[in-house]
Amino acid sequence: MSLTVVEPTAATATAAPVARRRRRGDRSRAASIAYHAVMITASAAAIFPVLWILYMSFGDADAWANPGEILSNPVLSNYANVLRQPDGFPTWLANSLILAAGTTVVGVLIAASAGYALSRMRFPGHGPLMWSFLITQMFPVAILIVPLYNILSALHLINTYAGLVLTYCTISVPFCAWMLRGYFDTIPAEIDEAGRLDGLSPFGTFWRLVVPLAKPGLAVTAFYTFLTAWGEVAYATQFMTTPDKYTLAVGLQTYVGQFKAEWGAMTAASVMISMVAAAVFFLVQRHLVSGLTAGAGKS
Amino acid sequence: MATVTRRLGRHWYAWSMVAPVVIVLTVLVLVPLGRGLYLSLTDANESTIGRTIGPNHIPSTYEFVGLDNYWHVLSGAEGHFYQVLTWTVVWTIACVVLHYVLGLGLALMLNQRARFRAGYRIMLILPWAVPAFVSAFAWRLLLNGDRGIVNQALASAGLSGVQWLADPLWQKVSVIAVNVWLGVPFMMVALLGGLQSIPAEQYEAAEMDGASAWQRFTYVTLPGLRPISSTVVLLGSIWTFNQFPVIFLLVGGDAGADSQILVTYAYRLAFAGVRDYSGAATYGALILLLLLVFAVVYRRRLAEQDSSLRSR
Repeated sequence: MSLTVVEPTAATATAAPVARRRRRGDRSRAASIAYHAVMITASAAAIFPVLWILYMSFGDADAWANPGEILSNPVLSNYANVLRQPDGFPTWLANSLILAAGTTVVGVLIAASAGYALSRMRFPGHGPLMWSFLITQMFPVAILIVPLYNILSALHLINTYAGLVLTYCTISVPFCAWMLRGYFDTIPAEIDEAGRLDGLSPFGTFWRLVVPLAKPGLAVTAFYTFLTAWGEVAYATQFMTTPDKYTLAVGLQTYVGQFKAEWGAMTAASVMISMVAAAVFFLVQRHLVSGLTAGAGKS
Repeated sequence: MATVTRRLGRHWYAWSMVAPVVIVLTVLVLVPLGRGLYLSLTDANESTIGRTIGPNHIPSTYEFVGLDNYWHVLSGAEGHFYQVLTWTVVWTIACVVLHYVLGLGLALMLNQRARFRAGYRIMLILPWAVPAFVSAFAWRLLLNGDRGIVNQALASAGLSGVQWLADPLWQKVSVIAVNVWLGVPFMMVALLGGLQSIPAEQYEAAEMDGASAWQRFTYVTLPGLRPISSTVVLLGSIWTFNQFPVIFLLVGGDAGADSQILVTYAYRLAFAGVRDYSGAATYGALILLLLLVFAVVYRRRLAEQDSSLRSR
């Protein structure tokens, strides 16, 4: 963006006071103060709940009722308690990691190949498939969950990682394939043609040329898939039936139930869960804007 | 036969690349959907559905009852449908409007050159980085009626606290507030991407023609954002309509029908008390129908507006 700033000539300079012409995007002092005031307020609203939980996690088990005392006596006992639970937090953490990683690998792989086919090839079933991706977004968990339970138990996949990974793929893959198709559309088709001329098969072109170029888009879908699996509640609650298979989302519900409220354990677990999610998030966040709009703009 | 072979020859690359997705979606979405629709036409519940207890398998005894379930729900005999539907619509509109307005406002501000912009961006995205179920529990602690920090802050300001998660009205305010907190970052990031894709020349041209800041916003920014806005509003509406964790984890445990939306209500039908599988399936089918109608009408509206814009 090149904007030429008009230098004040001698004539205008003598006819003072003339407001210096401002570059678009520059603000007066008052506007600048207002800008930062709004941004600071919004940022505070965004991060306060997270910081508060972090702060509370350093109290002892009953500190949530008297938050003021934590400052004078910070302890790590919540973390120690949570990490020592047998069939508790460490198991759930491992389960969630396995599930989220598995879903990400499987989901991104099949979404990318479908997205590529949808972007580059015209084939019978192209239109209906795009439509079905949009429509699957609408399927409420309520109509699918009971039949899905029956099907998975017929396949002996209830209370297994594979069953939940496949279920999570049905949530994330349609959105990812839709988005990746948009992303692949932004990669010039000449690159594919060059690859074909050099003797690569369509799979080879996809794998060796297009996938490396689509890294920002793939990063966003991987992130979306990971967080979908990491945070899913409804299916995990019904499909994982024994505590050794609970995910974090299921396990956390056992801390704060109808009859007890282990807020201390809850806050420590929340902090650790969020740290994993935030680490994944900030790894990809600089790709988020480009990856998301390339896909979402197409419809 | 020959055409089939020819088509297979021409399209097998494409078909084999979409096959995994199609298979997964067919087995785990289409088949359950078909079965779910069938269940909604039966009287399946906890006592009539087939189940295995230890070594014994008890066969299903539920029967086909036609559209009875739908009549039961839609005629109001079941008692909660219209109340839950009204609240679901209010919830969806309130959340999506707030998501969009706040997201657009913050995106516009982040799109300006300013100091600390990168820092603000990171902080504003944070609610998206935290899993929704964690946020729901965090807000339960914050909004706790007796000891929550929100009520303590109100008390120190001399105001009396509110039973955020117990009182029916405040419950609704709370779930909307929490969902807005959760959903704004996605809108903001998506719209920021849209803003950055509007060519700067359009703004310069508008400025040359003497357009005010407001005119530039309505004649350049909003039309430029149209493609992305229409997608995120459609997706946002669908996701909010079906938003499960916030309501289920924030108030789901002890709430009556007051702040349940259709999805959480149907989930409770299927898994709480006497398990009413056919009732839940009926609700599920109605939710799907409502969303389909909404999506078709929405996209048709957009197409009409597009063509009238073009013919102008």
